[in-house]
Amino acid sequence: MPLSDIWFILIAVLFTGFIFLEGFDFGVGMSTKFLARNDLEKRVIINTIGPVWDANEVWLITAGGAMFAAFPHWYATVFSGYYLPFVVLLLAFIIRGVAFEFRGKGDSETWVKTWDWAIFIGSILPPFLFGVFFTSLIQGLPIDADMNMYAGFTDFVNVYTVIGGLAFVVLTYLHGLLFISLKTEGELRSRANAAARKVYALAGSFLILFMVFTYADTNAFADHGAILVPLYSLAIVLYGLLFFFLKKKREGFSFTMTGLVLIIIMASFFIALFPNVMISTIDPAFNMSIADAASGDYSLKIMTIVAFTMVPIVLAYTIWSYYVFRKRLTGDKEHLEY
Amino acid sequence: MEEVLLARIQFASTTLFHFIFVPLSIGLALIIAIMQTMYVVKKDEMYLKMTKFWSVFFLINFAIGVVTGIIQEFQFGMNWSAYSRFVGDIFGAPLAVEALLAFFLESTFIGIWIFGWNKLPKKLHLACIWLVSIGTIMSAFWILAANSFMQNPTGYVLQNGRAEMNDFIAVLTNEKLWVAFPHTVFGSFATGAFFVVGVSAWYLIKKRKVEFFKKSLAISLVVGMLSGLGIAFSGHSQAQYLMHEQPMKMAAAEGLWEDSGDPAAWTLFAKIDVENRETTGRIDIPYMLSYLTYSEFKGKVQGMNALEQQMIEKHGEGSYIPPVKTTFWSFRIMVVTGGTLLGLAALGLLLMYRKKITESVWFLRLLIAGIFLPFIGNSFGWIMSEMGRQPWVVNGLMKTADGISPNVSAGQILFSLISFSAIYTILGIIMVVLFVKFIQRGPEERPVKDVSATDPFETGGAGHAVK
Repeated sequence: MPLSDIWFILIAVLFTGFIFLEGFDFGVGMSTKFLARNDLEKRVIINTIGPVWDANEVWLITAGGAMFAAFPHWYATVFSGYYLPFVVLLLAFIIRGVAFEFRGKGDSETWVKTWDWAIFIGSILPPFLFGVFFTSLIQGLPIDADMNMYAGFTDFVNVYTVIGGLAFVVLTYLHGLLFISLKTEGELRSRANAAARKVYALAGSFLILFMVFTYADTNAFADHGAILVPLYSLAIVLYGLLFFFLKKKREGFSFTMTGLVLIIIMASFFIALFPNVMISTIDPAFNMSIADAASGDYSLKIMTIVAFTMVPIVLAYTIWSYYVFRKRLTGDKEHLEY
Repeated sequence: MEEVLLARIQFASTTLFHFIFVPLSIGLALIIAIMQTMYVVKKDEMYLKMTKFWSVFFLINFAIGVVTGIIQEFQFGMNWSAYSRFVGDIFGAPLAVEALLAFFLESTFIGIWIFGWNKLPKKLHLACIWLVSIGTIMSAFWILAANSFMQNPTGYVLQNGRAEMNDFIAVLTNEKLWVAFPHTVFGSFATGAFFVVGVSAWYLIKKRKVEFFKKSLAISLVVGMLSGLGIAFSGHSQAQYLMHEQPMKMAAAEGLWEDSGDPAAWTLFAKIDVENRETTGRIDIPYMLSYLTYSEFKGKVQGMNALEQQMIEKHGEGSYIPPVKTTFWSFRIMVVTGGTLLGLAALGLLLMYRKKITESVWFLRLLIAGIFLPFIGNSFGWIMSEMGRQPWVVNGLMKTADGISPNVSAGQILFSLISFSAIYTILGIIMVVLFVKFIQRGPEERPVKDVSATDPFETGGAGHAVK
């Protein structure tokens, strides 16, 4: 396998890791508005992700850095082409990132409320924008012979991409609710469970809608149906299983199911793109292939060595950090930082 | 080319804003790690309180540093896509390694450190803050590796219309990196140190918590002194490096149009007339420029006119003079702040040694003002470094004007510039307000309580968690 293909997979893994991990952070952020009934509950909810959300966000930063290094043309086309959506995304990340830190540092009610809104908006916008981003990516964009993208509003925003965006919002919300039910006890835990059961049907409909529109609005199935059909079927089966785990309150399994569904959706985007990184709607000849977009072999080799030594170490201490904070939060006995 | 100007303003403003927080984070992480080490070694609760008090500022600051850093990574692709295509192969690699090696380390262990006080054995918990500190320093190393390529390209070959990496070791052993890295890191340590110094001085003037802040002052003055020395020595090696690798930047920083005499004098102040290419009204220190350049008191230095002629022969017609006034004055402001820092730290340690520091109110007042010195020095250091490189974005390889995104309009850049500036202004105000609030509040009166051991049925038990 050429090194550029390995890096295509690695970047897929980084984005998928980001959606899996930061996905529940987004869901937890949304739950502060939908689930919490008082300030203590809010604080408990935020504290479930307190030790990890920052590191989860680094998956995105690493994915971006890896794109820059391994596929400079992809990085350049995407970030200049999606200029305005990225500005909004960055603003959302800014207010969200500081909100966690600032929230508990002020005294007035307005102060706390302001940052609560920042957490909420900062948690609902990014999954929506990511959904729009990935769906429009596989739908194809106006990319010219010089690899530059001149996209208009409807290239980003159309029925399919909006469905993609909403699907990400509800699925990460469900993922977050299940994370809360895993990390808390008592009243909050059972309420998170109940909310998850309520959201189940809605998220399921968006999942199906997303798949139907992927079939109708993109070439993904025409090109890669042989892989996508079994993969999407598996996602539906897993989502069906989730129903029983939810009913039996097997929270660990439920959380794994939403995680796997998110992983399958993310994988399907990269499978749909392969062997391209960008699909041109102007002329298939302008499609940007993995090979076109990639860095030189020497650079990829160095980066491969670094990645394969560092990623296991990073994974090891990441897992350890989850192990350190494995206990459920009760809210009445411990110190809540946020 | 309105887009170039707007993209440059955006890059300058987001970078300078980001660089208010980064050095403070690097410096405070080190100082907090030292304080917590003292606590673990000496088992004196005072050091634990110090660790917790100063970490409040570190955490507020760190949060803003992280979020403003995300923009830094992505604006290369957003505003400078032609540049990104040209150098991604070699410039992107250090950025990716930075994320993998430094960002994961910092962000994971800072989470464990904040939330792990009662969950980890003391020494393991201490190791976490040291890993955060190491992470912040490594981050500086990799970002400077990327920047050093822009200043002095090494380890590449031009092919397929791009600069492709062919020698990673050459990228990492870039001489520019090894003069810039210590200079930046010492500057950062000084930033953290002088923040702690200044706040402690304020408390000593008010005679509140004298023991607590005398100890804080002692630790930070030592860090400040060592950093000041580090800044001076690394600054000297950086200047010498610039003289032979980026002579145009140094000539601009000297306002030197014609070649200098031998020995060359260092200009303290002067009036620069860019239009007529003249520098008049100089106040010179004889021999000094020769010494800065060659470490001896003889030797002449080339001026901008001769250097530009060489550039035209090599790269074709065009203007190769960077913004001279900005480079000249930035250099002087940086040098003066650095020197003042060193002086303040030395005098402070002397007064402390003679046990006179608490009475020297006038000097303590100076130390409060000293909080701002490193920030000024850091910012103007970067302005000199990046402005002095113009018109190049990658020295000798690509001009700044050729690096921008062809598909992004001036309106789009203006929109992002306005929204980022607005949110940065708000963040800046909030940070100042929070800093003032927590400085005034001071360290906790009561000994730090192990809240996890609180009985929820006692008064203040369950309620304690609710703010």
